[in-house]
Amino acid sequence: MGETLTRADLCEAVHEEVGLSRQDCAGLVERTLELVISALEDGQQVKLSGFGVFQVRAKRARMGRNPKTGEPAAIEPRRVISFRASQVMKASVDSALSK
Amino acid sequence: MIKSELIAKLAAENPHLTQRDIERVVGVIFGRMTDSLAKGGRVELRGFGAFSVRSRPSRAGRNPRTGEPVPVKAKHVPFFKSGKELRERLNVD
Repeated sequence: MGETLTRADLCEAVHEEVGLSRQDCAGLVERTLELVISALEDGQQVKLSGFGVFQVRAKRARMGRNPKTGEPAAIEPRRVISFRASQVMKASVDSALSK
Repeated sequence: MIKSELIAKLAAENPHLTQRDIERVVGVIFGRMTDSLAKGGRVELRGFGAFSVRSRPSRAGRNPRTGEPVPVKAKHVPFFKSGKELRERLNVD
């Protein structure tokens, strides 16, 4: 419990399970992530059935505060990502961890 | 973009691989991420973001139709925090 999965682990898993060269696997993992990022950059929603949905949301400008000094600070309008896990992922995470 | 479009793009970039292999690759990538979270682990992908599991305490909910109180059990939910590079790329002016 508590292990961290990284790019290297994903490349290794793809290499073992699909049997492609390590070079191909590393490239495919990288391009997969990059294609998701560039779709989001274009403002597209990315829907991966069984996994979840990534969406870009626009946040308007608001007044915030510097948490360290307590001083008011303007927060510019910006775009953020929201991720909604699929029912399948939610169910497998919750059933494995909550008893 | 949906999963099949992602697969089609990867297949176009890798003419030496079969569509079937690419499908399996994409399945392994997202499947391993889900497995890791289901084991209580994290997923950390620099430049992209990190997935973790957050626990939600039990609380008193309500049936929205009748207004009756309903107990909601404690649960574990997947959580995603976007990486620095992704946040910056979404906000270039």
